[in-house]
Amino acid sequence: MADTIKIKIDGKEIITAKGKTILEAATDNGVYIPTLCHFPGVPPKGSCRICTVKVNNRFMTSCSTPVADGMTIDNNHDEIKDYRKSIVELLFISGNHFCPACEKSGNCELQALAYRLGMLVPRFPYSFPNKEVDASSPKIIKEQNRCILCKRCIKTIKDKEGKRYFAFNRRGNHLEVVLDKQMGQAISDKLAQQAMENCPVGSIIYKGKGFSEPIGSRKFDKKPIGSSIEE
Amino acid sequence: MQDLVNKIVKRYQTDKTRLMDILLDIQNERGYLSHDDCSELSKKLKLSTAEVCETASFYHFFSCKEARYRIYLNNSITSEMAGRQLVAEAFEEACHTSFGETSEEGLFFLEHTSCIGMNDQEPAALINGIPFTQLTPFRVKELISGLKEGKSLEEAAYESFGDGNNAHDLIHSMVNNHIRKRGAILTNDYKPFDVIKNKLCKRSPEEIITIVEGSNIRGRGGAGFPTGLKWKFGRLTKAEHRVIICNADEGEPGTFKDRVLLTEFPELVFEGMVTAAFATGADIGVLYLRHEYKYLLNYLNHVLDNMRKKSLLGNEINGCKHFNFDIRIQLGAGAYICGEESALIESMEGKRGEPRDKPPFPVEKGYMGYPTIVNNVETLASVVKIINNGAAWFDSMGTSDSAGTKILSISGDCLFPGIYEVEWGTTINDVLSMAGAYDVQAIQVGGPSGMLLSKKGFDRTLSYSDLATGGSMIVFNHSRDLLRDVVLNFMDFFIEESCGSCSTCRIMPTVLKDKLLKILNGHGVKQDLEELVSWGKLLKISRCGLGQTAGNPILTSLSNFRSLYEDLIQQDKEFDTGFNLEKAVVESCNFVNRKPVFETKNLN
Repeated sequence: MADTIKIKIDGKEIITAKGKTILEAATDNGVYIPTLCHFPGVPPKGSCRICTVKVNNRFMTSCSTPVADGMTIDNNHDEIKDYRKSIVELLFISGNHFCPACEKSGNCELQALAYRLGMLVPRFPYSFPNKEVDASSPKIIKEQNRCILCKRCIKTIKDKEGKRYFAFNRRGNHLEVVLDKQMGQAISDKLAQQAMENCPVGSIIYKGKGFSEPIGSRKFDKKPIGSSIEE
Repeated sequence: MQDLVNKIVKRYQTDKTRLMDILLDIQNERGYLSHDDCSELSKKLKLSTAEVCETASFYHFFSCKEARYRIYLNNSITSEMAGRQLVAEAFEEACHTSFGETSEEGLFFLEHTSCIGMNDQEPAALINGIPFTQLTPFRVKELISGLKEGKSLEEAAYESFGDGNNAHDLIHSMVNNHIRKRGAILTNDYKPFDVIKNKLCKRSPEEIITIVEGSNIRGRGGAGFPTGLKWKFGRLTKAEHRVIICNADEGEPGTFKDRVLLTEFPELVFEGMVTAAFATGADIGVLYLRHEYKYLLNYLNHVLDNMRKKSLLGNEINGCKHFNFDIRIQLGAGAYICGEESALIESMEGKRGEPRDKPPFPVEKGYMGYPTIVNNVETLASVVKIINNGAAWFDSMGTSDSAGTKILSISGDCLFPGIYEVEWGTTINDVLSMAGAYDVQAIQVGGPSGMLLSKKGFDRTLSYSDLATGGSMIVFNHSRDLLRDVVLNFMDFFIEESCGSCSTCRIMPTVLKDKLLKILNGHGVKQDLEELVSWGKLLKISRCGLGQTAGNPILTSLSNFRSLYEDLIQQDKEFDTGFNLEKAVVESCNFVNRKPVFETKNLN
């Protein structure tokens, strides 16, 4: 096979192909690297930082960094594990995430990561921000209290012309993801459902029948996040 | 309504990568960005309205509030030190409105803004893009009543012009250069364009790169990447077009050297871009000018026009076959992060200024996917003198690991704030002494993203191996409260200027600031100091330099001024709830004239 290269993840030698990202190479080989903002099939942006690994002693996001021959990757270092947990905690304290009352509980990647990374209570003080719920679209509720600004909806939900339904607004700690007012009125059931599925948390809720699985038998209720990769 | 948007969109060939220019033009003509304009624009560009607002809402100087006069008062630390608070109150009183709001008759809009590059002449404000420096409450009253009486902004501003080119017909500004010390770059010993006319075409591009590499010059913006190597990489990448960008988005609070270079030596800067284009084979040139320096735009365009007339830009420059290169000026719209090269490129493509993941680096894949070399204003000016005087000449200045000179922007508590060009290797003690700074408590080296140095560090030297810096130096004397005034101001700066993309940089600076406030309010314990350090480390995994350094104001002051923190924490407690019940009920107890049931201790 052309362009095969060797890399090492946590001491384990992996043979992979040039052009893949570290995340893809790891996933192909049963090594789980946690992700949140990453969505297969669309260009990565490395914004949640949770897939950070140490490459030749430098911090890199595995979703955006291509593999190179001879790379030594650290995915299991205590420092990295603590950083990942810190990020999950930061996302919890910067929004208002009340899992028991959330439609996405059990299917939520943030909640699942908190369990997997062993978060009990965030070390950082809660900020309890004032956030709005935009229910103006006939098909979608945009619940800003739960948004982690991963950009997945922005990158994946578009109309036939390529126009985006969702977009960022403002910057810094005022940053929010908004649904275009006009396009939100006309969004199809299919796209609205797609938007809800692509959202890693419960920030995009499809109006109408949302979920058929009851809490307790949902995706991450059965097995921790990442299990399917490691099997 | 539609006509205006239509006309402007056509001006840019309905190209959505020119969204910045389109929005700037609409705001220029209309005075603000209305919802109807944005909606109309989105139809023309085949974007959703939310997408147009996504870019517009990112930049500080785009506004959806209608007002005849837009007043942006600088809130950098030196402005505070020069009496900003009183000036701000004077503006509110004179304009009958408060910050963030528009006055009733729609005449004035008041807003705070991050450093506008006038640290040596604070407090300063931009009114409709025109800088007003050294403001006092009296001057504000006079100014605003003049405007209310119908005086034009120009009449109000032009009482006196600044020195040098600030008085030029195309600038007419009250800004002063304050050049206090000239070195190899700032000395007027060079006839502009000699390098283009007599040196470039006689040599091969490779030879030019060799000279630049031999001079050992490194990027002057702060990161210090070897310039010759950057050019080499840019040249190596095969492509249809290559791009030279001059980064004139100096936003690090306390830096204003590029403003002075562009006012007095624009020929040198543009000639540096032409030199870089020749060496790398670039045909597209862009000067990314920060919005705060918009008042220089007409003059800079005039210099470019003159160059075109003399065949120093355009096709076959100076008769040199196949050497085609031109420069356009891209105006920013107010975002510190756009000084980061990949964020700058995103902005130039009409998007939010969010830094890109690297690799690929801009030298491989930059503006519109083409190999792109982004150089600092000072770097490009230096390169011309290097080609003119030789690599050895430049390398002989400075220290063994830091060649040449560095232009410093010195401000704060000193008698002579301004621009100083020094050789690398100069100590902080020398810097303080030349600027007339006495009774010094601390100096901020490299702006908020740099470090707060105490007396212990004053014998350290400016060099890439010791104190590497983009040149911002802010001096604080013993009358300043470093934590309450300086560090908080810097943290607010990073919180305001984060693009918000990385979770770490979006959230952590606020968490750190809140903890600092807890300490300042007397609720801190020893554990809080430990947590500031351990929590702050997380910022290191942010994507760009802004995020990685956003904790520095707290982290460097904690390491160099630890006693300031220790004096504030409660020594007798291991844990503090952050809430004192006894203290909290004092007021209501007094009001109803009852004593609390618990024993009242000393409540301060």
